[in-house]
Amino acid sequence: MENNPLDKQALLEKARSLVSLLENDDVSDQDLDTSLDEIMSLRDASLFHELGKMTREIHDSIMNFRMDSRISDLAETDIPDAKDRLEYVITMTENAANTVLTVVEKGSPVAERLSEQARHLAEQWARFRNRELSADELREMGQEVEGFFSESESMMTELLSGFTEVLMAQDFQDLTGQIIRRVINLVDEIEGNLVELIKIQGEHYIPEETKAEEQNKEKTKLEGPQVPGKETSDDVMKGQDDVDDLLASLGF
Amino acid sequence: MKILIVDDFSTMRRIIKNLLRDLGFNNTDEADDGNTGLPKLQSGNYDFLVTDWNMPGMTGIDLLRAVRADDKLKDLPVLMVTAEAKKEQIVMAAQEGVNGYIVKPFTAQTLKEKIDKIFERIEG
Repeated sequence: MENNPLDKQALLEKARSLVSLLENDDVSDQDLDTSLDEIMSLRDASLFHELGKMTREIHDSIMNFRMDSRISDLAETDIPDAKDRLEYVITMTENAANTVLTVVEKGSPVAERLSEQARHLAEQWARFRNRELSADELREMGQEVEGFFSESESMMTELLSGFTEVLMAQDFQDLTGQIIRRVINLVDEIEGNLVELIKIQGEHYIPEETKAEEQNKEKTKLEGPQVPGKETSDDVMKGQDDVDDLLASLGF
Repeated sequence: MKILIVDDFSTMRRIIKNLLRDLGFNNTDEADDGNTGLPKLQSGNYDFLVTDWNMPGMTGIDLLRAVRADDKLKDLPVLMVTAEAKKEQIVMAAQEGVNGYIVKPFTAQTLKEKIDKIFERIEG
C-alpha cells in the first residue's frame, strides 16, 4: 500500500471531529454514524485502489501470456509435430534394422556355402597331394574347382552388394540425429516457457521477442530432414527428382 | 583425385567415403564442419569437395562461399549432400556456385550420377 497510503491528515481531522462529536452530549446517532462512515471510507478508498491495481496486474499478466502465440503454437502444432517426427525416427531405425537383418540372413548361407565348398576342395586337394585320388575323382575335382571359381565370384558379388545395402542403411543415424536434436530444442523451449509461467505469478511477463522478429527468423532457418507428410512448407522439394528439375530450370 | 568430405555426422562421412571408394575414388579425407574443412582445403591439393549444409560451427553454405571467395580454391567442384530441401535453399546454393545438390536420404546411384555429371561438365 505504499503507493496510496492513508491520508493521515484527513484521518486526523475526521478523528478530531468524531471526538468532538462524542464529547458533545447532544450529538445525534446519525451524526456519529456519518462521522464514522467518513473515517471508514478513507480506509476503503485506499484498499479499493490497491485491490484494483492487483486485479489489473493479474489481468495483464494473463493477457500477455495468452497473447504470446508461441505458447499456443507449441501446444497446437509443435508438440504433435514432434510426436510425428519421433514416430518417423522409429520407422527409419526399424527399416534400417530390417534392411541389415535381411542382408545378414541372405548373406550368411552364401558365406557358409562358400566356406563348405572351400573346405571340401581343400580335403580333395590334400588327397590329390597324397596321390590318393583316382583318375575319375581327379576329373571330378577339376570340375568342382571350375564350379567353385565361377560360383565364388557370383557369391562374392552378392555379398558385396549386401555390404553396400548395409552401408546405405546407416544413413538413418544422420537423419534421426537431426530430428531428435530438434525435438530436444523443442523440449528446451517448453521448459523455458514453463519457467516463464511460474515467473508471471509474481511479476509482469514481457515477451522477449516481438512477433515480427520471430517471423523473420522463421524464414531463414534451416528446415532439417523432411518427414514424409510433414513438409514444413509448400516450396520444399519432395525428393532428388524435384531438386534436379529445379536446378535444371536454373540452367544446371 | 583427392576428395574432402565435410559432414558433422561421422556415420554419414563413412557412408559417403565408402560409396566413393566403390566408385573408384580411394583418396578421401574428412572434416566435421567448415571450420576444420576450410584449412584442409587451403593447405591440401583437393580436387573435389562433398559437403553437408547444416553443421555446427561453419555451415556448408558458408564453406561454399569461402571456397568461391578464395583465389586458389574458387574453381573447386563442390557437391552439396544435405537434408535441406527447401526451394530457397537450393536456389541459394546454386547462386553461390554449387556444382551439384543431393538431398538426403540418397542412393549410391544418385551420388554416382551427380559426380559423373559434374566431371563431364568440367571436362567438356
